[in-house]
Amino acid sequence: MGFDLVANVVVAGVLTGLVYGLMALGLSVIFGVVRVVNFAHGEMMTVAMYAATVLFAMLGLDPFVVALPVAAAFFVFGYLLQTALINPFITRPEHSQFMLLVAVAIVMVNALLMVFGPDARNVQVDYQLDSFEIGKILIDKARLFAAGAAVLTATGLFLFFRYSLTGKAIRACADNYLGAKVVGLNVKKYYALTFGLGCVCVAIAGCAQVLLVDVTPPLGPYYTLLAFVIVIVGGLGSMGGALLGGVLIGVSEALAGLFIAPSAKSMFSFGLLIVVLLFRPQGLLGKR
Amino acid sequence: MTKASAALAVLAAFLIALPAFADNYLLSVATLILYFAYTGQAWNVMMGFAGQLSLGHALYVGIGGYVAGGIFYHWGIGPWAGLWVAMALCVALGVTIGFLAFRFGISGVYFALLTIAFAEFTRIGFDHLDWLGGPGGLFLKVAQRDTWDVANFRGPPLMYYYTILFLTAAALAFCAVLLRSKAGYYWQAIRENEEAAQALGINTFRWKMLAVALSAAMTSVSGVFYAFYYNNLFPEQVFNIGRSIEIILGPVIGGVGTLFGPILGAVVLTVLSDSLTELLAAIGWEIPGIKQVFYGVVLLAVVAFLPNGIWPAVAKRLRL
Amino acid sequence: MLEAKAISKSFRGLRAVREASFAVPEGGIVGLIGPNGAGKTTIFNMVAGVFRPDSGEIVFDQKNVHGLRADQICAAGIGRTFQIVKPFAGLSVLDNVMVGAFLREKTTSGARNLSASILEKLGLGPKRDLPASSLTLPDRKRLEVARALATRPRLLLLDEVMAGLRPTECDQLVAVFREINRAEGLTILLIEHVMRAVMALAGRIVVLHHGEVIARGTPEQVVRDPAVLECYLGEETEI
Repeated sequence: MGFDLVANVVVAGVLTGLVYGLMALGLSVIFGVVRVVNFAHGEMMTVAMYAATVLFAMLGLDPFVVALPVAAAFFVFGYLLQTALINPFITRPEHSQFMLLVAVAIVMVNALLMVFGPDARNVQVDYQLDSFEIGKILIDKARLFAAGAAVLTATGLFLFFRYSLTGKAIRACADNYLGAKVVGLNVKKYYALTFGLGCVCVAIAGCAQVLLVDVTPPLGPYYTLLAFVIVIVGGLGSMGGALLGGVLIGVSEALAGLFIAPSAKSMFSFGLLIVVLLFRPQGLLGKR
Repeated sequence: MTKASAALAVLAAFLIALPAFADNYLLSVATLILYFAYTGQAWNVMMGFAGQLSLGHALYVGIGGYVAGGIFYHWGIGPWAGLWVAMALCVALGVTIGFLAFRFGISGVYFALLTIAFAEFTRIGFDHLDWLGGPGGLFLKVAQRDTWDVANFRGPPLMYYYTILFLTAAALAFCAVLLRSKAGYYWQAIRENEEAAQALGINTFRWKMLAVALSAAMTSVSGVFYAFYYNNLFPEQVFNIGRSIEIILGPVIGGVGTLFGPILGAVVLTVLSDSLTELLAAIGWEIPGIKQVFYGVVLLAVVAFLPNGIWPAVAKRLRL
Repeated sequence: MLEAKAISKSFRGLRAVREASFAVPEGGIVGLIGPNGAGKTTIFNMVAGVFRPDSGEIVFDQKNVHGLRADQICAAGIGRTFQIVKPFAGLSVLDNVMVGAFLREKTTSGARNLSASILEKLGLGPKRDLPASSLTLPDRKRLEVARALATRPRLLLLDEVMAGLRPTECDQLVAVFREINRAEGLTILLIEHVMRAVMALAGRIVVLHHGEVIARGTPEQVVRDPAVLECYLGEETEI
């Protein structure tokens, strides 16, 4: 196995991993703040991917262009979901909320199946077959742009949480629910905002991902699990951890696909999840 | 209590007599309902009794089915022997997962994720296990279906119906006895407040492990039944997370931790969803996935508005 | 019956308890008092098996119990209540107590009988079939005690059981403890801030401050001890 091949695979894995990382970032943000386990996360990403294919088919628009309106729509959706479905049940035990989102996930996946059928759909843009050459490394243009969008969004989110007033308010709510309420923060509104932001991540990640893979309904649960693996490996509540975890998973899946068998790559991810859950449940960069 | 026993007796009589007036289709639906009722009850032991949310229970169904099925397929040994091997293996697996989880303090959502990871890992593993059929599936020879071959568990649909009926009834009785015993009290205490339970002398680790082992053992039987009833096993189908979710739908909708919850839930779900499919087919809508959307909506409604499940509300109404 | 010998416990460098020693005589009632942060709950939790002392020994009935798990401690004969009550909310009052009773009773009916009689003793008899979640705070405290008593302890640890109770409720509970101590010889070790209860119940008092024992003796002695007055009771305490 030549070094070049491995290097190419690793680079591709890193880039794909960054997109995964963005997706996982959304999950991490939601869980870190609202403390809700969004079991429908992958399904939402799949919906975003389908949205991109539909808009491309109807209007011929590049996924990166539609990413913005799709993200806006997802923000609204996430905000409403939190407000209508989760906030009212916030005092319920953890597994109750979990089940709510499991139900949402089931509805989403099968609604997609009903509407689009089981066949794969994708997007065909001109630059998908182009690549940049850096020495012996061939980098797919689409993959690079996708990773770029992911990093851009993640940075934006990071800056938002670090420096904006709203961002700080959200962090306050995450740190101390009661304390935030006491100082007059409308915590439920910030929860809804956060869920919306998490969905924005998923929307952009989905629009980027549709350039790299074909979309089918079963991708939903697969991405949900992947997001969880990444978030747990990288560390819940750590934004850097989500991206790092994404890259790790992206690379390990790529390498596992190369050295073992393409179908075995997720086996590795699940094995990693088990190991991390047991020995370092706070993940690589996590806090708890 | 006599009101409840009377109702139970009537139900039992009805179920025993069902084949007399039901056609094969209805019988197969009834078998399916009972299958989910039984498997849901088995899952309920881990969740309802010990409070551990397992979202990977398809693992035990799958291992149960594949082990017993594999033994039959390769060596022609009937399920009565294969059953014990399957059960032993599932108990070992369950105990391992439980041990890993409890020793390392993993609970709640993390525990659920751990169970999912194990099931998924196994699913992909079996896809590569050609000795047991690989992704193409394991097919058990379907022998004569008219006579009752109990030794190899082959026969007409009637045989399977009565088997699963017996299993469900036995599980119900067993759980009823357990609930009223020291084990039942201890498990409920652990579920309500583990710290307080420890302060009352309960070795919570040991009792949680017992619930996990019992649940795994009971579920493995379900897997053996599945293998010999459907006669084919595919890793993608059997270990699929969708299957794990199907298993929990009955108990969650009917009422986690209750005796009749899983059964009521299984009945409600199957009856409603089958009626829906029939209705839509009549209009000409045959859409794949609509049944699951329905499941999802029902689950959503129940979790949101009847968090303890349908059974407690029903029981209160009927003054049972 | 219970003897703590120079037990210490630190949490990440903070010395919570420093070489504390005290004894609880069989059949006696000992009160553990001191300002907040003095280390009372830490000592309690060490005796109850929640954590292990860093050094020192805890001897119960001539057997070492330091380092045992909470459930083993209970099996050895030490029962406890929690400062923030932890009822099994989904179970009935009777079932709550039965959970405790099963430690020593083999049969369900035996457990039920024992539980019923304990509930009667604590005045909760009429409420035995109610869900535990429906009880008022004083009743929840009684339930907590009843549950612990069902494990047939020889030593009962009471963790600020009077907190949140009105004076009359407090007196009622004091009477119950006095009675159990007198009639069955149950040894009691209690943490308390409500001095009214401590003075009424305790035969001996141990005073903690900054993790160290600063005074011990009969209530009358302790109340006059200048070190105690300075750190906890205040100069003008009138009991």
